Amino acid sequence: MRKDITQKLGFAILTLCLLITLFFLGAIIFFIAIRGIPAISWEFLTQPPRRAMTEGGVAPAIVGTFYLTLGAIAFALPLGVASAIYLNEYSPRSFVVNIIRMSINNLAGVPSVVFGLFGLALFVKFFNFGVSILSGSLTLGILILPLIISASQEALMAVPQSHREASLALGATHWQTIKNIVLPEALPGILTGVILSIGRVAGETAPILFTAAAFYMRGFPRSLMSETMALPYHIYALMTEGTRPDKQTTIAYGCALILLVLVLCVSAIAIILRQKHRSSYVQ
Amino acid sequence: MSNNTTKKFINDHSTEQAKKEAILRKPQVVSQNQSVSVKTKIRVENLNFFYGNVKALNNINLGVAENSVTAIIGPSGCGKSTFIRVLNRMNELVPHTRVEGKVFLDGHNIFDPCCDVVEIRRKVGMVFQKPNPFAKSIYENIAYGLRVNGLKDPNVIEEKVIQSLEKAALLSEVKDRLHDSALRLSGGQQQRLCIARCLAVEPSVILFDEPCASLDPISTAKIEELILDLKKQYTIVIVTHNMQQAARVSDVTGFFLMGELIEFGPTEKIFTAPSDKRTEAYITGRFG
Amino acid sequence: MQRLREKIYRWIFTILAFASLIFLVGIILFLFKESLPLFRYVPVGDFLLGTAWYPTHEEAEFGILPLIVASLWVTLGALVICVPLGVGSALYIHELASARQRAFLKPLIEILASIPSVVYGFFGMVIAAPFLQQLLKLPTGLCAFTASVMLGIMAVPTVTSIAEDALSCVPNSFREASLAVGANRWQTLTQVVLPAAGSGISTAIILGMSRAIGETMTVLMVAGGAAVMPRSFFDPVRPMTSTIAAEMGEAAVGSLHYNALFSIGLILFLITLIFNILAEIISRRFRLKLGLGR
Repeated sequence: MRKDITQKLGFAILTLCLLITLFFLGAIIFFIAIRGIPAISWEFLTQPPRRAMTEGGVAPAIVGTFYLTLGAIAFALPLGVASAIYLNEYSPRSFVVNIIRMSINNLAGVPSVVFGLFGLALFVKFFNFGVSILSGSLTLGILILPLIISASQEALMAVPQSHREASLALGATHWQTIKNIVLPEALPGILTGVILSIGRVAGETAPILFTAAAFYMRGFPRSLMSETMALPYHIYALMTEGTRPDKQTTIAYGCALILLVLVLCVSAIAIILRQKHRSSYVQ
Repeated sequence: MSNNTTKKFINDHSTEQAKKEAILRKPQVVSQNQSVSVKTKIRVENLNFFYGNVKALNNINLGVAENSVTAIIGPSGCGKSTFIRVLNRMNELVPHTRVEGKVFLDGHNIFDPCCDVVEIRRKVGMVFQKPNPFAKSIYENIAYGLRVNGLKDPNVIEEKVIQSLEKAALLSEVKDRLHDSALRLSGGQQQRLCIARCLAVEPSVILFDEPCASLDPISTAKIEELILDLKKQYTIVIVTHNMQQAARVSDVTGFFLMGELIEFGPTEKIFTAPSDKRTEAYITGRFG
Repeated sequence: MQRLREKIYRWIFTILAFASLIFLVGIILFLFKESLPLFRYVPVGDFLLGTAWYPTHEEAEFGILPLIVASLWVTLGALVICVPLGVGSALYIHELASARQRAFLKPLIEILASIPSVVYGFFGMVIAAPFLQQLLKLPTGLCAFTASVMLGIMAVPTVTSIAEDALSCVPNSFREASLAVGANRWQTLTQVVLPAAGSGISTAIILGMSRAIGETMTVLMVAGGAAVMPRSFFDPVRPMTSTIAAEMGEAAVGSLHYNALFSIGLILFLITLIFNILAEIISRRFRLKLGLGR
């Protein structure tokens, strides 16, 4: 009898934990949606800011985030897929490979602001790229490299070994097998990883603080070497700088809503795709 | 012991009489002697195989004659799959393994350092335990092997795809849907597609690693029929846990037990008058 | 010809695979390179244990103890929130939820894990801080307590996901065996499943902690930013990450201040490195214990 009461109590506590979690996360999304929607208009999405950030839109920030994300993926995708191919298809299980695995794990745990410092020291200063889209993209690219590697590795591992064997047994070389059989089959999984990292990159702020971000620009960034506005940084800047907090907060709500919708949609797509893909493999 | 058996077998049958019979080409009638053709296609000498420190094959010696079907039987874990995968160096895909000894294919040692593994696998095709078509169309599954072997002309490729499907007795079932996904075929059709894929690259030896293990009896019968047909052109080695199958399709049978080749000889003899007690015990179903 | 090409491809992939190692080494090298000049003027002991952080004064002082304490303070607070909520949610999802609930909740939590930290910071600033200030009659809402709450909530999805993975590694036969001897589900959970998944859950907690201590934007916006020794949970504080983020903009490249900020980055890096290695060791033991190999 007492056994059952303890069980009921225990289960109630666990249920409560989940409900509290969902309540908090729901509250965040709810408040930002409610207060952000009034700020959003066609002008907000397509116009640059006016009157010292108190009016106008945030188009340059949206475009900037797009550029940074694109740059980061362009840098990290080939590198990440190649690393995964090496680790999964070529690697002799040696000391060196263990070191590479370890550094990937540790790279994944480095705080984002430290990536920012690294980007500042290496790209902005050492390579003299300055505060620019290029520096920011490269920094963000290194940040998501571990994510892309592990997603690609998972995708490669899901390709049945028997398909590799069949191809090799036909007299295909190792590389022909990878290119024609393994990669095409792993592609959906790799793409999911890419979409997930898009969500991650788009929301990162700390790494671009000193490598790419500008508080205010009149127009759109012109080249890889120009600094840029970015949605997440714009939220931060609106809340901590400037002269008219009341008006700026409204714009910040709008930005936060755009960012939230963007990131949640992107990762929802990735996760749903992954679920579908995984279940199609378990026949 | 195993050594002796093998040598005796080869000696016995390299006689004048055997040669004459081989020339007469009456394989169905004198199935026992048909294995003893003029030429030895594969020779295995003192083969040892290790997974890490565990010896999985112990001093294997045997010869496979051209245009014959050789069956490898034995209980699970006896090393029969390991053995067949050594013949096209598929074993190298498993880490921490090591091979000692020699395997001659047409007189050349396949473990010779200057020997190209890709070249060997072109000559020695393989059909696997589970049907493993690629996630491509039926047509592309076969064309793939041709393309990786350097064939570019689409007309020639198409011709060979059709030929291979015909040889694998699959053409009539799929000719209207060559561009459908291969994964939609039934298990037996998939396996015949895998055989067609293997035939397309024109190997001279085909290794079958328990090709019917995951198939229903009707599909199994079709594949067995196919194997009998194929031996006119190819040298075939088949691993099977199904003794009836070995008896039905093979000319020569080798019995493996715990990594050793216990007995190797004409199928009829192995199944009717085995010379080793262990073979007899296995054949009569006392273990396995 | 073909063999040569194969070799070239192998080399290309080998070289590219070293990228991660190179970046990690590069991060360490540059952190050292940019922070070492500081220690020519400021002894390491004074840097780590000094209680005064006045980087821009005439007589600049670079004691980061208040910043370290602030980071630990906030992280500890976050743990108090995210561990029970995260592990509790994971247990619910894995042990109590029906298959349909699970198929919905698992991805939902994963999707929520992607909410950017700047959004949490923003929410903390405009909603949570004023609310808590009124509720608890605080002098300011932007303080260690609010930062802990926001950070804690932020870490919950991460902890839940990893803990859930650890739970799914516990073989079902353990549960069946326990139920078969007459234990009820709660007893099975607390006496069989939790101990079996224990080190896996510890890994989740350590990784959550590592994420919390390295988190920048939330604490930067919510913690209040006073670089003094905190006396209570309701004081404004300035953790290490927000110090770097807030001051790097005004620090002249090559100045002692600049070097000092890199030194903080180095300390931060080392702390998270230790956490990650610890997590790896524990998770390896966890896999061994359950006989999962590797």
